[in-house]
Amino acid sequence: MSEYTATVTVRLKAGVHDPEAETTRRALERLGFDLSALRAADQFELDLDAESAESARERATEMTERLLANPTIHDHDIEVEPR
Amino acid sequence: MTVAVVQFGGSNCDRDTVRALTALGIDARRVWHDDGLPPETTGVVLPGGFSYGDYLRAGAMAARSPVVEAVREAAAAGTPVLGICNGAQVGCEAGLTPGVFTVNRSARFRCEHVHLRVENADTPWTAGYEPGEVLRFPIAHGEGRFELSADRLSALADDDRVLFRYCDENGRVVDAANPNGSTGNVAGLLGERDTVAVLMPHPERATLGDIGSTDGRALLRAFV
Repeated sequence: MSEYTATVTVRLKAGVHDPEAETTRRALERLGFDLSALRAADQFELDLDAESAESARERATEMTERLLANPTIHDHDIEVEPR
Repeated sequence: MTVAVVQFGGSNCDRDTVRALTALGIDARRVWHDDGLPPETTGVVLPGGFSYGDYLRAGAMAARSPVVEAVREAAAAGTPVLGICNGAQVGCEAGLTPGVFTVNRSARFRCEHVHLRVENADTPWTAGYEPGEVLRFPIAHGEGRFELSADRLSALADDDRVLFRYCDENGRVVDAANPNGSTGNVAGLLGERDTVAVLMPHPERATLGDIGSTDGRALLRAFV
């Protein structure tokens, strides 16, 4: 068994409105910054022991699909690194 | 014959719901989620509140608790199940109903009375209303924006599974009457069986009449 960290990023699908990100963008503009868009995402770091990076990825994928993301509105990416 | 009003940590409409059902002569009691559904359960309400502090997403944690597995089985067997507000968020997260309720388009908490148009009066929940009738219910939510792809919403509407849409006082479904940016102004919908329903507005707060409306009575009478 080896130790891995799976980093799961969960973001809204393109086209799903994100009022919190929009409010944040407007606040940056009020501070005088110039930007054309702001997207927010949630990131989860999962430390786990697994036989291989592939097995760590499979488990992280299952956790993401079962709880961390809602497929109706979210896309996700998973990166696995040895710890 | 008992309606189980399932209380999670952070539920806060469980007592109101029991009081409203009791006032209609319906036997109801609060059930702590960890105690499971009592064997005499003949109906289930997932009440409003902020279960698990809305961590991760509103309703996400409660939707994956063991009691909701029991609620899913009861729903599949035909037991009436109603999710109100946070209970609607739980119902969608649990897959009892399609879609998701997420952050209001305005990013603000909305607490006010709204108008709802009855889209389908041929369900246990709406049998006491006329098709197209305009009801007045209170809302109180920060995450009530219904999201579902246009294709799936259209299929849902074709199957008569949209129960209520936000409308103006004349029953017109318009953007100005949509308090949270819900897709298609959807305020409530049915599960795969018409005995399963969720809605963001609060019928239990429109039952006793002390805060301005009794339009929710007919909906809760589905449990009689």
